[in-house]
Formats: sequence, structure tokens, C-alpha cells
Amino acid sequence: MITGRTLNPGTASGEVVRLTAPLSFWGGTDENGRIIDAHHPQCGVVLAGRVLVMESGRGSSSASSVLAEQIRAHNAPAAIILARPDTIIALGALIAHELYDLTTPVVVVDKPPYDALPTNGLLQVDADPTQARISWSTVTR
Amino acid sequence: MQTLRLTAEEEGVLGGQDGDGVALAMRVIVSLARIEGAPRLVEITSAHVDSCLYHGQVSLDFAHRLVDLGAKVRVPTTLNVGSMDLIHPELVRDRDLAASGRELMSAYVALGCTPTFTCAPYQLPNRPGLGEHVAWAESNAIVFANSVLGARTDRYGDFLDICAAITGRAPYSGLQTTEARRGTVTFDCRPLGDRFLLSELAYPLLGHHVGSMVGGEIPVLVGIPASAGEDELKAFGAAAASAGGVALFHAVGVTPEAPTLAEAMELPVREVELDTMRETRRALSTFASGELDAVSVGTPHASYAECARLAELLTDGPPLKIPFYLSTGRATRALAEESGVLRTLEAAGVTVVVDTCTYVTAILSPEWKNVMTNSGKWAHYAPGNINVSAVLGSLEECVASARTGRVILEDA
Repeated sequence: MITGRTLNPGTASGEVVRLTAPLSFWGGTDENGRIIDAHHPQCGVVLAGRVLVMESGRGSSSASSVLAEQIRAHNAPAAIILARPDTIIALGALIAHELYDLTTPVVVVDKPPYDALPTNGLLQVDADPTQARISWSTVTR
Repeated sequence: MQTLRLTAEEEGVLGGQDGDGVALAMRVIVSLARIEGAPRLVEITSAHVDSCLYHGQVSLDFAHRLVDLGAKVRVPTTLNVGSMDLIHPELVRDRDLAASGRELMSAYVALGCTPTFTCAPYQLPNRPGLGEHVAWAESNAIVFANSVLGARTDRYGDFLDICAAITGRAPYSGLQTTEARRGTVTFDCRPLGDRFLLSELAYPLLGHHVGSMVGGEIPVLVGIPASAGEDELKAFGAAAASAGGVALFHAVGVTPEAPTLAEAMELPVREVELDTMRETRRALSTFASGELDAVSVGTPHASYAECARLAELLTDGPPLKIPFYLSTGRATRALAEESGVLRTLEAAGVTVVVDTCTYVTAILSPEWKNVMTNSGKWAHYAPGNINVSAVLGSLEECVASARTGRVILEDA
């Protein structure tokens, strides 16, 4: 288990999807939560329902709206774990919580613990306002 | 990390003393201030809101929630472009988008925002002055407010902009603070020479180049002629913001917070050469010659001077062979109507678009593939947004090309 800082509280678990490059939700994902940015190394990967691990987001502030819209439509990642605070992503999750009472935890984990996060298997995220805990049991697939 | 301290007034608002709408907006501002590690909030004197552009059901749900909870803006608030031209509604082809776009724009007016619907609020009266704290959204407006007006705004966007307007507060962090506003890297433009630096295209090209190079740094330009006006600085800032997220630049001898030449030359210095500008021009165009389907100018929204210049170019000469769009603010359109400039433009066949822009909504025909523009920002975004190829040209080249239906470039 490792601990992190909560940007948006909530509890969720899901299969981990770890990105090797930053992603902008605006222009980078479609309404089904699939990566459509042709320049992204993981183009085609579906993020919906999974625990998204990426160092940071990228680009336009319209990404807040796109993430909130995906949360509303139940096509967003179950949780988002970042290595650096990202206000655009945090804001999308915060607004979806205010409007729809849907919680999508957004957590920052400093490096080096960030690098210790697994690249497959199930991750459990418990983020309360003061602290976030991330735990997993390594599963071979 | 510092702990956020709120005033008694701010605590009261957060607790609901002034109603649930402003309490919701304060929760959003306070959450963001905590994430950014701000020590306090800062009172703002105006806001510019971009959330009125439709991005899906959530856009409407958020605006309607604020309206239903009785929220109203507490500071003068202008609105950015929406998805709809409310003065020429027939221009927007997609009926669902037009209906949702109109509904969203009305909701923001109901919150007390002024229906300006322009991405160039700095062309309106009562703009903020040096050192004023404001909360502006829309990347080109942010960079203009910070750099040319010397007002202070961080990079605000969807949801946060209207919450700042409703609370009259923004997190005291980022470019609101003096320390964050100093230049960090110098671009010496003197090798480009005055002939280039006095040309219209110098500014979108320089902006795109500088934006691509700097990432999150604050560029200082050396060698920009003192005669460079607001339209040139607008074109530079818009291109720099879209290519690289630039939210503040300084131009020595031109902008109000710029360092002296000696101070600028103490920073890391990059020289800008004409060859680089030629490469940038090629990189910004996804085609270079041949038949043209349409021309679109006015991104960011054309100023009155730009409208008048286009009218002058169109006064004599052969008629336009292909559709020609000019995007501008409704206030500028009204000035052009009064002076007769609008009549000249429309008589020449120009379609004047207001309240929105040709690359953010469904105005151009989906069958058009090759479009010319004088905007670095339009050239950067339109290929991805509306699936066209773009070629960059000066306003004169745009007019010459529209008269022949083929790309005409002076020194290609």
C-alpha cells in the first residue's frame, strides 16, 4: 500500500491502465472513454471503468468539461492517479460530484512511490479529504 | 505547502450566508485554491467566462444548477464565444448544437453576465488596467490581459471562471502573484530585421514559434518595433497560447511589465532567424498551393481597425470567387454597421460571423477541404476541430486568393 494526496475524494477499484505519455481528455478521448489522440502511444485503449495512472494531464481547460461529461455518462476512469497536481482534471471530477453525486477519486502520488505502482492487476483507491491510500494484490494475467 | 486562510466573509459565504448558489461557487474556488497551495484568495475586479461554449450535457447542467440556486455574478463579467451566432442563427448548420448552444448562452446571461460573446474582450470599453486582479478564461484573452494590459489573471477555464465571477474571488496563486510574472527566457528578434517585423504575418509566425519553444516559461521579446499595435500583439499572443500554453509574455519597450534591454539580455537568450520563420510558416500550413474552397479571417475576433482594413482592400478590384468569412464581436459589428464598413464587407460578399467562431462550431460546409486564414491560432486548431487543411496568408493574400479561388502568396 502507498499513500498520496487527495485532489478529489472517493473510493473506487478497477483494473489499472498506466499511460506512458500525458493525455488531454479534450481532443484526446471520445465519449466512450477511448483514447483517440493519434499521437498518443496508447491510442485505442479504453479508460472507462479502469484506474488511470498517468504522470499528468495536458492541454486545454475544456478537458474539465470532457471529463465531467464522461463521469456523468459512466464512461470515465473509475479513479485517476497522477504524479503531479492537475487542476483541470481535479475540477472535472469535482463538478461531477457537485452535479451528479458521482465520486471519482483523483489522487497525487509523489515520485518515487508513483513508480512503484503496478502496471497490471486491480488497484483499490480510498481517498478521503486528508489522505489517500492505494492498495493492490499483484495478479498475473 | 501553505494552509489556505479565508476571511470571515469568505467563510460565511462558504457556509451559505448568501445562498446556496454562491456557496457552491465558493466550494469550487476553495477546492482549487487548496490544490494549488494558495495561502489565500484574492478579490477580482472583473471576469471573462468561457464556460458558455457547449461541451455536452454537463455544460447545461452546471449553468442551470447555478441559475436554480439563485447565483449571480458579483463583478462585471463578459462572455466568450458560444456555439451559436445569435444574430445570424441560419449560419450554424447543426440544429441540435444550435439549440443547446443557444440555451447555454441564455443561462449565462441569466447569471448576470454581459452578452458580449467575444474572445477579444480587451477590445471592449472598461478593460482592466495595470496590476488589477481579474479572472479571465480563454487562452488568447488571458495572454493579452496579462501581457498587454498588465492585469493579473492565472489560466482559468471551464467552471472555475464563472465560480470566480459569482464569488468575486480567485485563488491567490500562479500569475496573480508578482514573483510568477518575471520573464525567464529571451527571444532576440533583431536578426529578423524591420521589414519582416513590420509585416502582418510576423506576429502569428513569431507567436507560433515562441509558443512551441517555451512550454510553461515566460518569454521576453527583444526587437519588437514600438509601433507594434494591439492587433499585432493579439495575433502573437493567440498563436503562442495555442502552440504552447503561453499565458504571459513581455516585449521590451512595448508591454508594461517588460524588463529593460540589459535585464532581458541577462536571461538565457535565443536568436530568431528568418529561416526559422519560413519553416514555421510551412509547419503551420497543411497545404501550400492550388484550389481553395474558402477563406476565414478574424481569429481572435477582428478589431474594428481590421474590419475597416478588409473593407478597404475589397473596395476596388475583382469580385470574390469563393466564400469569405470574417469573425468578430457583436459590438465591433455594430460599430462597423454605423460607419458603413459592414455594408462594404457584405456588398463584397463577406459573411460576417458574430458571437462564435468558424472553427468551434458547424459553419463551414463539411465538403470544403482547403481553407486560407490569416490566423496562427485558426491554422493550429481548425484541421483537428473541423477537418480542413489550412494555409496561412496575410489579409492581402487572403483577399487576392479569394478573388482567384487559388492560393496566391506573395513570397512563397
